[in-house]
Amino acid sequence: MLAEGSLQTEAMPVVEGSGFTAVLQRDLLLAFRHRGDIASPLIFFVIAVTLVPLALSPDPEKLADLAPGIIWVMALLASLLSVEGLFQADFNDGVLEQMVISPQPLYLMVLAKVIVHWLVTGLPLTLTAPLLAMMLYLPATGYAPLLTGLLLGTATFSLIGAIGAALTVALRKGGLLLSLIVMPLYMPVLIFGASSVQRAIEGINVSGPLALMGAILAFAAVVSPLASAGALRISMHG
Amino acid sequence: MPDVPYLSLSSVSFARDDLPLFENVCIDLFPGDILQVEGPNGSGKTTLLRIISTALTATSGQLRWRGNPISSVRHGYLSDLLFMGHAPAVKASLTPAENLKWWRRMHADTSVWSDREILAKIGLQGFEDLPCYSLSAGQQRRVALARMLISSANVWILDEPFTAIDKQGVKLLEKLMASHVSNGGVIVLSTHQTLTLDNYKRMTLTAHAPGAAYAG
Repeated sequence: MLAEGSLQTEAMPVVEGSGFTAVLQRDLLLAFRHRGDIASPLIFFVIAVTLVPLALSPDPEKLADLAPGIIWVMALLASLLSVEGLFQADFNDGVLEQMVISPQPLYLMVLAKVIVHWLVTGLPLTLTAPLLAMMLYLPATGYAPLLTGLLLGTATFSLIGAIGAALTVALRKGGLLLSLIVMPLYMPVLIFGASSVQRAIEGINVSGPLALMGAILAFAAVVSPLASAGALRISMHG
Repeated sequence: MPDVPYLSLSSVSFARDDLPLFENVCIDLFPGDILQVEGPNGSGKTTLLRIISTALTATSGQLRWRGNPISSVRHGYLSDLLFMGHAPAVKASLTPAENLKWWRRMHADTSVWSDREILAKIGLQGFEDLPCYSLSAGQQRRVALARMLISSANVWILDEPFTAIDKQGVKLLEKLMASHVSNGGVIVLSTHQTLTLDNYKRMTLTAHAPGAAYAG
């Protein structure tokens, strides 16, 4: 018999949590296979920031003033652009449906997807930021809060963006709606992130805004996978 | 035959935007049953199968697994379920072997065979390490079929499983299905093809008209 051995009267219990590592590894592998697509937010980030001195003025003082804001806004936009596709491919090829009806907790699988998303977009953005900051004559005191802030902030962007992506995944043209849902939630991160760099340059203590960003990230890390999983279930029912 | 059906739908109805697609579908399936859902395009075959697989919630009616309502045994039911939807759920940029690895971790995997043995069984020998986008539609479909060999689930829900598959593939699939039900499994499938299997049940959904005939 062909399927002998694979069938049993009693279904085997599924190992809890193996969905998390399975999604984590598979998505990392997929990201590696789609290196070109993955690089596009980073390329956007670099190009957009590079264009600013060309369009405004090459004056170091002016650029240093604008640098925190420019870098943060561009990082936000790059993150927003990439988050749209978070669930799209899985939705199109039917894998998302399988994830929703799998006995594995969807919460953990969504968390794994978000972690991979951050590793391939948020983290490279953060690591490139100092280079661009140097180009914009950011004073030396601004680097530490810029890096810390972006580390916390881009992770929050990925987490919040996942909720929007999950809500709009089944829509034909969800891109605009996604921006509208996610933008207001990105605002506090942007405000605290850019202002902490500004404060550091002015010599004011930045632990306050950075601690607040940490708190936002912690909150998002708990709530976002839950909300995204719920939103995915709603999307699949559409 | 046991008194309690393994899987049962009682008066399941589904309406989209207040337009009824089907009403009062009642199905009782016992171990060893195959149910073929037929009907013209747009009559709600896929919708019905998605309801049985819990991807979709019925407007009204109840789904029971071993006599228990699904809401109370959801995890157990999902562990016992293999659903093959319209989309093959095969990642195009991964190889068949990598897709299989992913399935093994998502499903309760009880198979004793290696990845290569399974892929050879479904006719993909020599294609193990090619990305799936370079395979034909039928071959991609065969990759999806590999799940049937590794899963220990008793309930198989197959939506148009014969799509794009050649004659040998159809034979293989029917053989798999026959061996599944002889081991006490339950299969619900939608297809326009006439099955060569013995004593399977058929159900016809009618297009756009409320109501469904169940010829057991």
